[in-house]
Amino acid sequence: MKISFSVNGERADLDVEPRRTLADALREDCGLTGTHLGCEHGVCGACTILVDGEPVRACLMFAVQADGASVSTVEGLQGTDGELHPVQEAFVACHGLQCGFCTPGMLMSACHLLDTRPDADRETIRAEMSGNICRCTGYQGIVAAVERARADMRDPAGPGEGPVHPWEVTFSEE
Amino acid sequence: MKCAPFDYVRAASVEETVKVLGEADGDGKILAGGQSLVPVLALRMARPAVLVDVNRIPGLSSIRRIDDTVEVGATVRHSRLAEQTEHPLLAEAARWIGHTAIRSRGTAGGSIAHADPSAELPVVAVATGATVTVTGPRGSRDVDAEELFVGALTTSIEEDEMITAIRFPQPDRWGFAEFARRHGDFALVTAVVTEVRGRPRITFGGVGSVPQRAAAAEQALADRRPAAEIAHIAAEEIEPTADLHGSVEFRRAIATEMTRRALAQFDSVREQSR
Repeated sequence: MKISFSVNGERADLDVEPRRTLADALREDCGLTGTHLGCEHGVCGACTILVDGEPVRACLMFAVQADGASVSTVEGLQGTDGELHPVQEAFVACHGLQCGFCTPGMLMSACHLLDTRPDADRETIRAEMSGNICRCTGYQGIVAAVERARADMRDPAGPGEGPVHPWEVTFSEE
Repeated sequence: MKCAPFDYVRAASVEETVKVLGEADGDGKILAGGQSLVPVLALRMARPAVLVDVNRIPGLSSIRRIDDTVEVGATVRHSRLAEQTEHPLLAEAARWIGHTAIRSRGTAGGSIAHADPSAELPVVAVATGATVTVTGPRGSRDVDAEELFVGALTTSIEEDEMITAIRFPQPDRWGFAEFARRHGDFALVTAVVTEVRGRPRITFGGVGSVPQRAAAAEQALADRRPAAEIAHIAAEEIEPTADLHGSVEFRRAIATEMTRRALAQFDSVREQSR
């Protein structure tokens, strides 16, 4: 079936079998292997992308359903000048990743969260990010990174207010 | 794993959906949000010959208030249900469905049709006395939510019929409490206390194969018994099943607490409206 959609602002014209998931189409037909597949049945969140601005499990949507849609993947986060997105910067600074497999989905979920709720508190961040599973159990650094990105995105010029390292985070309220 | 091959039809209307389902002769499935169906396909627990995508059918994605009910179109997403203000109980329940990326795709009609015993919308449908509109080759019919759910993942909808809308009466007062291991996971116990058209209802999800009402507890609520007593009666009355996540005793204990919390919220709404 012939379809076309936009990926990170560029048009993609594909001819796919209806059973091909959007995740597979992105990886294999568009060559965008940043979107990772973990469980392939909607549990782990590694394949989270944005479709028309909404977070979506790319393994639970067929490519044919994306016909005409606007898709954003982790590859689109980096600026045209190669500069990392503030959320990516924060993941680097706060050790928000260990093996990195879940990271693309984490980044897309975090970007959507901070876009829609720029004032999200720590509790909200923890609840929202719980939809993405990290098998290295690196959650502390991930939550710290999202908090730092929140601060950086509010005040791009100033230094990050968020904790730099996960071990600087205090857990007294938990 | 990958899905088995299927034919894909992007339906333009309810009539086309029903026609394609009829032609598939029991081997067709409706694809709405796909958040329950696609995992089942990926695991090859189901391999339908035809998938009818209803996401682009015009007119199925609106939320409308009609007198004292709120009509929710079949393809309204959970994220929209969570944001709407017409039906606060529905909004609260929708916030408990899965995670953000699940709510952005999953639909009201899909959740009702899937009839997962621990899902939120089926419980709210029974708790409010909702009516489900179903269209098939023999025309449209309205089904009471209580008669729709016949077992775990099983409804009285025929293979060639499609849910087009659900009408949820607006409760005068309500309370909602859910216990899950992690927010977004399926509920171990959901308790919903409502007063709809002057009648109290106490409904549970997650404790049996279909949403269960607790008649004796409802009577105790009507008799204005203390909350602790109502919660105890309710937990004794329901018949939870044991599984990996909890024994019968554990579920009864959680049901007691969830009822108590839902009743507290139910009472606070009454105090506000005085």
